[in-house]
Amino acid sequence: MSGYTALRRRQSARGDGPARVGLWGPPVLVLAAVVALWYFISLVVLGSRNFMLPPPHEVVGVFASEKTRTDIIDGFLTTAQVALVGLAVASIIGIFWAIAMNQARWVERSTFPYAVILQAVPILAIAPLIGVWITDSFWARVVVCVLISLFPMVSNTLFGLQSVDRSHRELFQLQNASRLTILCRLELPAATPAVFAGLRISAGLAVVGAIVGDFFYQNGVVGIGALMRKYQSRLDNQELFATVLIAVLFGVVVFLLFGLIRKLAVGKWYDAS
Amino acid sequence: MTITAVTDSTAESAEAKTLLDFHDVAMTFPDGTVALSGVDLTVNRGEFVTVVGPSGCGKSTLLRIASGLENASHGTVDLDTNRIGYVFQDATLLPWRTVQSNVELLAELHGTPKVDRRAKAAEAIELVGLRGFEKHLPKALSGGMRMRTSLARSLTLDPEIFLFDEPFGALDEITRERLNDELIRLFVAKQFAGLFITHSVSEAVYLSTKVIVMSGRPGTIVDTFEVPFEMPRDPEIRFTGEFAELVGEVSHALREGHS
Repeated sequence: MSGYTALRRRQSARGDGPARVGLWGPPVLVLAAVVALWYFISLVVLGSRNFMLPPPHEVVGVFASEKTRTDIIDGFLTTAQVALVGLAVASIIGIFWAIAMNQARWVERSTFPYAVILQAVPILAIAPLIGVWITDSFWARVVVCVLISLFPMVSNTLFGLQSVDRSHRELFQLQNASRLTILCRLELPAATPAVFAGLRISAGLAVVGAIVGDFFYQNGVVGIGALMRKYQSRLDNQELFATVLIAVLFGVVVFLLFGLIRKLAVGKWYDAS
Repeated sequence: MTITAVTDSTAESAEAKTLLDFHDVAMTFPDGTVALSGVDLTVNRGEFVTVVGPSGCGKSTLLRIASGLENASHGTVDLDTNRIGYVFQDATLLPWRTVQSNVELLAELHGTPKVDRRAKAAEAIELVGLRGFEKHLPKALSGGMRMRTSLARSLTLDPEIFLFDEPFGALDEITRERLNDELIRLFVAKQFAGLFITHSVSEAVYLSTKVIVMSGRPGTIVDTFEVPFEMPRDPEIRFTGEFAELVGEVSHALREGHS
């Protein structure tokens, strides 16, 4: 039986010929359709006014210019750095907050509502305020990142910690295990799939947060968001589209990367994904 | 012959020792549900006691009280050992641990050095017939094998009394009968006392030296049957007239208690 599941797993992971086409075919077709539509609108519908939507090859063409290329790459590195630091801070706060709530009911009762409120705060509205409070633009951006990506970490970790079966808990209680032992040997390992699911969502949000931060805090190092604003003000639409493309690609890569990390961490024993 | 006589007499004196004693135990939950009332029950060394009863009659509560997971609201409970094996309804294995490391868990919680718990686990895994599966994760095992792992895990504690909460209820009949035989083999080899909860009358009669019948809510003991068959049991006794007769009597008592 285990041989059979191993076989199936291998098939779905690598894929033989037809299976691979089945997996990658549909999204590739959609991509082709989108590019075709893009060309159609840009060249046929807009025609001479296609500065509004430059055709794909012109967008990709901006990377030929070394100045633009280094600008976008540097901007990307700055934004990636902010997103990464923001995600790390959000994860640490989120996990410890969830552990505290799981350990003491009163902490959950008194603070969880504020985690929900935090998520409801319109980040665009308070971003300028954060810029007033925190003058260092790097950390102001990190704070935006944390605010936007904290909630999934908190709620997923808490959900994971609380998903432990009663009988598993009793198994430990029968051996007079301490709460710390139960936390480390039972609750935290049981929560890891949920933590990684949260991490994946938060990683995507951290990227959004970092770009929003760039947009608002123009002083200091230039990130992707700041570049977008610059290109937009100069009507450099090819460059603007290229930057958006990089931002999208970044988000997708982060999403896939954290999916992969999750699979490596818990895929062996945890099935649903 | 003299040697046999000596072992016989020690076995007898050991048998006399009461491991678990319930006296006039009642259990009322905070919401007012009366789960148990006036329960008197003893489990002696060398005994395998099975409790049958309709679902919701407080059978599981009985075990939870015996193990200390729950406190009785009335009456006294004496447990004369701290080596208790507890087997849950499901196998309660930790899915991220291999069979080996699941079996080592309890010893690990007691701070047993690694070498010792390795050896203990290896012995228990051998006993339940899972050799060769040490590195498997629970999800790669069948339901019966998971239950064996769970049994092995409890065996590492060298329990003097084993509490079973309908452990084979979710298994198919063939697996269940095989595990019943394994359990009897372990009972004979390891000399623990057993308190076993089930709602299967034939399982109860086959496994135990004494069958206790409980009635529905509130749970009270309505009848007790001594099971005369020799240990270890021959699987073929299931097809004998005496066995069928005893099963019939227990079922009858169960039905009377229920109505």
